[in-house]
Amino acid sequence: MAHNDTAKTLYQKIYASHVVGKLNPSTDLLYVDRHLIHEVTSPQAFSGLKLANRSVRRPDLTFATMDHNVSTQRRSIDAAGDTSRKQLEALAANCAENRIPLLDLTHPDQGIVHVIGPEQGLTQPGMIIVCGDSHTSTHGAFGALAFGIGTSEVEHVLATQTLPQQQAKTLKVEINGELSSYVTPKDVIMAVIGKLGTAGGNGYVAEFCGSAIRAMSMEGRMTLCNMSIEMGAKAGLIAPDQITFDYIKGKAHAPAAEHWQAAVAYWQSLYSDADAVFDQVVEIDAATITPQITWGTNPEQVIAVDQSVPAPDSFTDASKRDAAERALAYMGLQPGQKLTDCKVDVVFIGSCTNSRIEDLRAAASVVQGKKVAAGVRALVVPGSGVVKRQAEAEGLASIFKDAGFEWREPGCSMCLGMNDDRVEAGQRCASTSNRNFEGRQGRGARTHLVSPAMAAAAAIAGKFVNIAAKPQGEQA
Amino acid sequence: MSKIFAQGLVCPLDKNNVDTDQIIPKQFLTSVSRDGFAQAMFYDWRYLADGKPNPDFVINKPEYQGASILLTRANFGCGSSREHAPWAIKQYGFSVIIAESFADIFFNNSVNNGMLLISLSKTNIELLFNRCAQGPQQWQIDLQSQEILFGNNAAMGFNIDADIKQRLLSGLDFIGSSEQLNPQIADYEQSRKASQPWLG
Repeated sequence: MAHNDTAKTLYQKIYASHVVGKLNPSTDLLYVDRHLIHEVTSPQAFSGLKLANRSVRRPDLTFATMDHNVSTQRRSIDAAGDTSRKQLEALAANCAENRIPLLDLTHPDQGIVHVIGPEQGLTQPGMIIVCGDSHTSTHGAFGALAFGIGTSEVEHVLATQTLPQQQAKTLKVEINGELSSYVTPKDVIMAVIGKLGTAGGNGYVAEFCGSAIRAMSMEGRMTLCNMSIEMGAKAGLIAPDQITFDYIKGKAHAPAAEHWQAAVAYWQSLYSDADAVFDQVVEIDAATITPQITWGTNPEQVIAVDQSVPAPDSFTDASKRDAAERALAYMGLQPGQKLTDCKVDVVFIGSCTNSRIEDLRAAASVVQGKKVAAGVRALVVPGSGVVKRQAEAEGLASIFKDAGFEWREPGCSMCLGMNDDRVEAGQRCASTSNRNFEGRQGRGARTHLVSPAMAAAAAIAGKFVNIAAKPQGEQA
Repeated sequence: MSKIFAQGLVCPLDKNNVDTDQIIPKQFLTSVSRDGFAQAMFYDWRYLADGKPNPDFVINKPEYQGASILLTRANFGCGSSREHAPWAIKQYGFSVIIAESFADIFFNNSVNNGMLLISLSKTNIELLFNRCAQGPQQWQIDLQSQEILFGNNAAMGFNIDADIKQRLLSGLDFIGSSEQLNPQIADYEQSRKASQPWLG
């Protein structure tokens, strides 16, 4: 059959519908539907704006939260420390001056920007969403083109509500089949990153599709798209469906009742045409994916939990061999070692990757009736006030607290340790976050990325556990 | 304007996947200023736990003091979108980074700060590291002709997006250029409101 030139991928459809004009032959100016901002990457943008005598073009399309450096012990900007408090105050002042809605620490729904965007109904299919944060890719779970930007670009969007862009290449990641029990969307995306590498998606927008994706909840899809930046992809995308529409319906900023049907009709047109051509296609059988864990210092250094830590010699590429050697030294690991023999010191359940209600349910189901192992410091940091209240109402908070977990206030917390939630040098942490970079959770900290269920199991056992090998009956 | 975009000493940082958490760790991100990040660059590699310079880290070696061209490997600048990373690198004194590849957000952030990022094939990057292995290098970067000049008439060409080249050569105002399209932005907003009123 002849190729249909009008066939488009979902990415190309969203891109085309946002072109305001051309800046030069290769660069388009795209309109931005939602601009999310937070305290860390916005202050210099506001000062730049002021310096150039510019104003915020669409404060009504701009939304702010406090998340990166807030204390998770106490909901007060005074608890954040002196320099962080000044940054939080700067955000509050900038928002007030420019009439930008802000979910500050006094707001019951405050939380991590990529948790509250969807929760508030700000994230909708077909939109372009940007934020000065690389994990903006999370919002792609709704079929929105969402990506992280730098502070100069934040200033550009504040001033013009647009952003210069060039068309990215398209990558299709098709995952068919059924995931085994104990295998979560976190394991899926970690397996994809292991296959493609941390730079495998550079220059691409990745669309995830296939029956395994269709079967995922919105929370799971958000976890998947959240980490698409960890393979270098500009954005992750999933075509919206009934699961998406049901999630959005009734949210505070969802389309009003009189527009709902028109909105859904439009959203239903947002999919990659059957004969659309992708620049690269990767197919994965869901049944082959097992619980994953990182052993190194970047997210592609990942294995199935029942595998052994690889020997640097096993990498044919010299630079990967070298990176493996350095990673093993930093992580204090030996080739051939099983991570299930490795003790953990800290367990962190939280972050924009895994701090939503389903993540907490999965972790709580492992924890229920058990105790955190002696010597392990374990904390649960819900992604938002909404998640926190729901977890408390469902009894999840009590399960965690009874087991010896610390139950915290919402924030980015130990994912990047901008506040005082840090992992000490040499300590090993089972973390549900997204980056195992050197020093990310604290100088000298040794991070192993895992799913919420795997993190919870590690907290109870005091070492990493292959949860897939555990008989289900044991939960009673 | 001189045809030489930059010239100076080359510092070879022989690592892949240098992430922005390494380029500037979290504790320096609480500032509300654009300045003062030079000392924070590569902090955990550059300084020992007691705060003294790490003599083994390449940036600290006497022969690389005053370097203005950074040579590195693949996927430089991956991870967080923090623009503090290119701010720190630029404020330290680097105006050019040569690598096999760059992470997308870091690349845009650097260009928006007037820095030139050059991507070369793995083979050519290897050749450049080989040159550095022979002793400290002084190179010139000719952006107009798209060449790295090694002296003695030796050179290596590089590709660059025409738009970025133009911006770096003429110093175009990032926001100002887009504001030229203000009428189109207003038109777009009108039709957006009419066809998708739920977007706000």
